[in-house]
Amino acid sequence: MAKKAVMKVEGGRTEETVLGLLRSFLKEEVVEAIMIPKLLPSQDGYVQTLIRDPEKLTGGCILSPTMPVQSARVVSNLSIKNLGKKVAVVLKACEIRATVELAKFLQVKLDHLYLIGIDCPGTFEVPDYSKMVQEGKGGNSLIMDLLRGMEKGEMASPPGYSFRTACQMCEYPVAQADINIRLFGYKTDQEIGIEIKDSLAKEIEDKGIFNLSETGSASKPEVLDNLIGERIKRRDALFQEFKDIVKDLKIFLDRFSTCIRCHNCMVACPICYCKECVFRTAIFEHDGDQFLRWADRKGGIRMPTDTLIFHLIRMSHMVTSCIGCGLCDSACPSRLPVATLFRSVGQRIQKMFNYVPGRDVNETPPVASFKEDELKIESGAI
Amino acid sequence: MAEFEPRIVAFLCHWCTYTGADLAGTTRQQYPPNIRIIHLMCSGAVDSIYVLKALIDGADGVLIGGCHPGDCHYQTGNYKARRRVAILKGILNELGFTEDRIWLRWISASEGKLFADTVTKMVEELRKMGPNPMKQLWNA
Repeated sequence: MAKKAVMKVEGGRTEETVLGLLRSFLKEEVVEAIMIPKLLPSQDGYVQTLIRDPEKLTGGCILSPTMPVQSARVVSNLSIKNLGKKVAVVLKACEIRATVELAKFLQVKLDHLYLIGIDCPGTFEVPDYSKMVQEGKGGNSLIMDLLRGMEKGEMASPPGYSFRTACQMCEYPVAQADINIRLFGYKTDQEIGIEIKDSLAKEIEDKGIFNLSETGSASKPEVLDNLIGERIKRRDALFQEFKDIVKDLKIFLDRFSTCIRCHNCMVACPICYCKECVFRTAIFEHDGDQFLRWADRKGGIRMPTDTLIFHLIRMSHMVTSCIGCGLCDSACPSRLPVATLFRSVGQRIQKMFNYVPGRDVNETPPVASFKEDELKIESGAI
Repeated sequence: MAEFEPRIVAFLCHWCTYTGADLAGTTRQQYPPNIRIIHLMCSGAVDSIYVLKALIDGADGVLIGGCHPGDCHYQTGNYKARRRVAILKGILNELGFTEDRIWLRWISASEGKLFADTVTKMVEELRKMGPNPMKQLWNA
């Protein structure tokens, strides 16, 4: 269980309030380091930064409007080998969910990590954000707009720009972590919500960092329900649009014929963690004569080959755990709707196993378990 | 035009279905010769890549044969195969590949007749469906 409280925001500086709390975590040695998105010197982007000096937290951004990499991958690098000291990581809701999935696949060790989840309004593509900054639509004014939008649950992007497609259809904007910063439904220039898991809450209170008994006006839960409702509508519309286009495999292939098989979707995907991917092994290095035999059989074949098998097999590996961060979309040089593909297929497969990726670290992923009594031949599933 | 003869690639487990197929032969069960058998140690060793590769490269159907639930020589291989096949078929269905060209069947070493019947039935069904459209996809 978690303890809930409301934090007063001094002088309307919402971000500074959270940063102040994080600073005291470092000063009071609750953690040795904090990883948080930080503004680039060029001002037009944010990157995850591992910080030890409390003063260096200045410029940290809890609501960074971009997601250049899936931080779950970074958390995996950070925690998997000999991390002996406590580190707090500030993550978006989908990054928390990806981290939970990676923990199930033993690619993240949670032992020395505190996950800090921030309610997420959605993010923008990195190049879009850079342009927004040049046009004076980024930075602090954007973040203030996002915060105001979160109070009402109505997210609006600056004119001429839109949130990433995956964010538009994300029904999990609220993080479930060790510490959750709650923004939806709060007058964030005055107060914000915070939830801290019990064991950690005790340490924080004992060290006098923060008194969790402080109360204030609670958030308005209907705000969040409305937003999630809108997102689900958008999601279903996008799925339907996709299904109307992709009626059979032939049409699917035509739609995906611009795939250059760069494997970027695989590299960006937090769930694709294999050190050696089967598609990069000798299995897919065919003999020249083999290509000729295929070309002979079909009259001619598209080069490079193995596009369909790549997408379908990659899907069969990751789709049960796809958390819908949409970084595959952002990484695709051909602008293919890969995130919509993986999410719409994922929805069906996850439902088959009644599995919600990222929900609970104690669940076992469907690909790593089975039930004796399931998937009967008569059911048509096999 | 000659009647369409479906081609089935079958992945059979060593302990049950392959032995069942053997029994079908030794007991002189008749079944159509449209099947090409690949002998594996366990249905759990059938990677989805094998199945898809077969379908893309010219098979009209893929049969995966394993031990009945609870009978796997390696305890749980067939249960794992079952999930894997269910996921693969779910993905293919979602992308409009609706014909049922992938069969996972439990056939024990003593069920030679069942093996022959299964192959006969599968060939019948595939003949009705016609050639696998996937093998003609030049841009797969």
